[in-house]
Amino acid sequence: MELKGEQLIPLDPESVWAGLNDPEVLKAAIPGCETIEKLADNEYKLVLLAAVGPVKARFNGKLALSNIRAPESYTLSFEGSGGAAGFGKGGADVSLAPAEGGTMLSYQANAQVGGKIAQVGSRLIEGVAAKMASEFFTRFKAALTAPEATAGNAQATEGEQDGARRWKLWGK
Amino acid sequence: MGKSELHLHALDARAEQAEHLESTVASDTAPMIGRAVLRREDARFLTGTGCYVDDLKRPNLAHAVVVRSAFGHAEIRGIDASAALALPGVLAVLTFDDIAGHALPIPQRVCPLPGLERFLQMPLAHRRARYVGEPVAVVIANDRYLAEDAAELVYVDYDPLDAVVDVHASLADKVILHAEQGTNVASHYTVGRGEPDAAFANAHYTRKEVFRVHRHSAVPLETRGLVAEWDAGAGHMQVWGASKVLFANRAILASMLKLDEKCIDLIEVDVGGGFGVRGDFYPEDFLIPFAAMKVGRPVKWIEDRREHLMATNHSREMECELDIAVAADGTIVGLRGHLMADMGAYVRTNGGVGPGKGTQFLQGPYRIPNVSFEVHALLTNKTPVGTYRGPGRYESTFFRERLLDIAASDLGIDPAEFRLKNLIPPEAMPYDAGALVPMMGPTIYDTGDYPAVLRRALDEMDYQRLRTLGGKEVDGRLHGIGIGCFVESTGGGPSENARIEIRTPGQVDLFIGSSSAGQGHETVMAQILADELAIPMDAIRVFHGSTTYLTRGFGAYHSRSVVMAGGAIVLAAEALRRQVVAHVAASTGQTVESLRYERGAICRIADGQALASLDTLAAQVAAGSRAAAEALSIEASFSNDNQLTYTAGVQIAHVAVDHETATVEVLRLLTVEDIGRVVNPAVVHGQTIGAAVQGMGGTFLDEFVYDETGQLLTGSFADYLLPTSTDFPNVEAITLENARSPSNPLGVKGAGEGGIIATGAALSNAVSNALSSLGVSVRDLPLSPNNLARLIREARARSTSP
Repeated sequence: MELKGEQLIPLDPESVWAGLNDPEVLKAAIPGCETIEKLADNEYKLVLLAAVGPVKARFNGKLALSNIRAPESYTLSFEGSGGAAGFGKGGADVSLAPAEGGTMLSYQANAQVGGKIAQVGSRLIEGVAAKMASEFFTRFKAALTAPEATAGNAQATEGEQDGARRWKLWGK
Repeated sequence: MGKSELHLHALDARAEQAEHLESTVASDTAPMIGRAVLRREDARFLTGTGCYVDDLKRPNLAHAVVVRSAFGHAEIRGIDASAALALPGVLAVLTFDDIAGHALPIPQRVCPLPGLERFLQMPLAHRRARYVGEPVAVVIANDRYLAEDAAELVYVDYDPLDAVVDVHASLADKVILHAEQGTNVASHYTVGRGEPDAAFANAHYTRKEVFRVHRHSAVPLETRGLVAEWDAGAGHMQVWGASKVLFANRAILASMLKLDEKCIDLIEVDVGGGFGVRGDFYPEDFLIPFAAMKVGRPVKWIEDRREHLMATNHSREMECELDIAVAADGTIVGLRGHLMADMGAYVRTNGGVGPGKGTQFLQGPYRIPNVSFEVHALLTNKTPVGTYRGPGRYESTFFRERLLDIAASDLGIDPAEFRLKNLIPPEAMPYDAGALVPMMGPTIYDTGDYPAVLRRALDEMDYQRLRTLGGKEVDGRLHGIGIGCFVESTGGGPSENARIEIRTPGQVDLFIGSSSAGQGHETVMAQILADELAIPMDAIRVFHGSTTYLTRGFGAYHSRSVVMAGGAIVLAAEALRRQVVAHVAASTGQTVESLRYERGAICRIADGQALASLDTLAAQVAAGSRAAAEALSIEASFSNDNQLTYTAGVQIAHVAVDHETATVEVLRLLTVEDIGRVVNPAVVHGQTIGAAVQGMGGTFLDEFVYDETGQLLTGSFADYLLPTSTDFPNVEAITLENARSPSNPLGVKGAGEGGIIATGAALSNAVSNALSSLGVSVRDLPLSPNNLARLIREARARSTSP
């Protein structure tokens, strides 16, 4: 499955680049992201709750950045296992260019799923990926432009009251 | 002779007590064979009182769930079951190491093509998983919920490998599934006869095309399931839910469990459809009995639908390059082909049947003197394949019949005329079609007037009138008519057993080694015995599908039950008649020659006086007569020496195609087949219509789709489409009784598969005929809207480009 698009972000390329490399911003922006932990330079461990049609699962995986040319472009790759629900992997080439009114972020992404998700949800993957991409940019912009009001922080606050229930809310 | 006369001659007081029972002495002499008797089994099926394997409950029953590979191709670095085992109520998690001392590669049962034996499957994956759905571990727990939860906790450490998902990549051997064999070519051979190269060199016309049939399979309403119970005290294993080939499966299970066959019984309960895929020995057929031994409790496993779609045999996926040579007068002089069969990741019990029979039937019902076929059976990272209703026949009939239409069109001959000219004429019977399957004898078509079958179908469809509609637009849709002719082997050998036992007046028990996935044996076999013993059918109870009933049995495959079990019933009834006459002769001091069996009674020939009856003898059994008991019990075996009997059939389709939406409406599909003799017309008709609809589903809807990593993308009925009752309402079937079989006592040929065989051929010919003005020629199935739309687009692009 291939997906591409572009988004205008009302900030200069350096700020956008910083956001793309900030685990906290990524955590707030990636839909369903529960935790993100730095393992090494440009390598993160993350937990993501995702639903494809009838299958909902928590993916444990790794996010790695490569081909880094700051502040212009990088390649992001993800590989994660959702246990019995299957697995997913994918990547995106992301590039930034100055544009009128801010920075134009272009991406070309591909994703692949396996196991139960592929068997019962393959025809839904494209829609789910497109929705996750659009949600990502909405949140990403929100996180960069008004960090204190991001959805991620609101969830985190709620989550602190009840750690066990915290991540279930994310999936809704 | 009426019922009252029976008791007039009662020899034993006990027979009087049988008065309330129905007598086994016939009052109606009309034969039961040929009658459309309502199926006895339907009452329980239609009222929800059947007993299927999931209806079974045993005390202290545990439940199994199979952990299956999520990868098409991967190394298994390790399996961590500790989290699953830690759940209270989880009894065991079995992996390869647990079964290593017992499990054996699952052997082939039929059609063992050269080389296939190198690629058999172990019940659990060992170090490498080769298809999505391959069993990797089995979880056994107190209940199914717990077993499902625990299965999710079994951590399998996979290292994904590149996958092979099509036959051309497989043949290239760049990625090899079974490294120790060094190749993906499971079998490679060439068969033929005559002088094909000379025939092609001298031919007036030749044409070569490549055709493909997509991967699809049977999807019975009831998924597979087993209940296994090990009685450690008695040293006995009982398995319910077996079907199709119980005796063969018992032998395999016995070899793996290291038990004597006598220590194992396989029991078939009601079955919700088989169609070839159910009942052969699968990994679970070892794993569940083994698990029952291991945990010391009865274990139930019921396949869920997603599991079924990835674990039960797939079928049909084949590619064939076919080359035809025709003389100037329209006589076919040669046929050459290269068939590439996608076997999936392992060779299953009947995996060789697809390529083997697919090649055997490439020449079909035609007289073609020179043929040559090269066959590649190739491994891919997909579910292993096996037989599905009309295995190899559906595919080869599609390949050949499409090529015949293409050739007829090139030559300017009407497709029906072209076929009539080349069908084997009745005077050529029996016809030796050559030895086209390795390790199997020659293909000898026994009887039949093949042109007459086609003419009957053409008349029935009013072909000459309909033909004028071909390619014409009517009310915005293009009409097309297509023909598919086929020949079908039935009556698979080698033999079958039947046992008759009479213990109660008014009741005859018939046990057969054949099994039933819903074909109607309880009715049809009773009809046969009713005629053979000339007794009322209602007096006969039919028992099938259990290793406890007979010393030996073979089962249900290759359209064989009426042919083989029917033959055994005839032989058993003959023997029983002889035995009771001999018994009465001995007990009354008369000669055997002076008596005869007549409609349930043993009569003196001289004056027609009935000296005894099955009822009076049964009463003697009840009174303790050992001699009577012996006289009223017989097991007989019928062998056909593997001489198959061949039916011939024709299907004609009339379709209307909307060339804008690429949707096809089947206005009429007619199937005509000569099966020699019909035991129950209603049963045959129902199976033929069902087969035709299943074939139409296979041609338009059913398709297993894989991605390039070997992921199955059609794991639910939202993606794997099946026909429903509203999709194909216009199906007609005519069954002819023209050419009986010479190789069995009843003269019957097998029925039930014929209706599916030429559906792909007839429908694709009809669609191609409809779209001929656009230049569309179908070479690949399925005829899905996507595929047809692409063909229409491509044809339009060709016609508009210079």
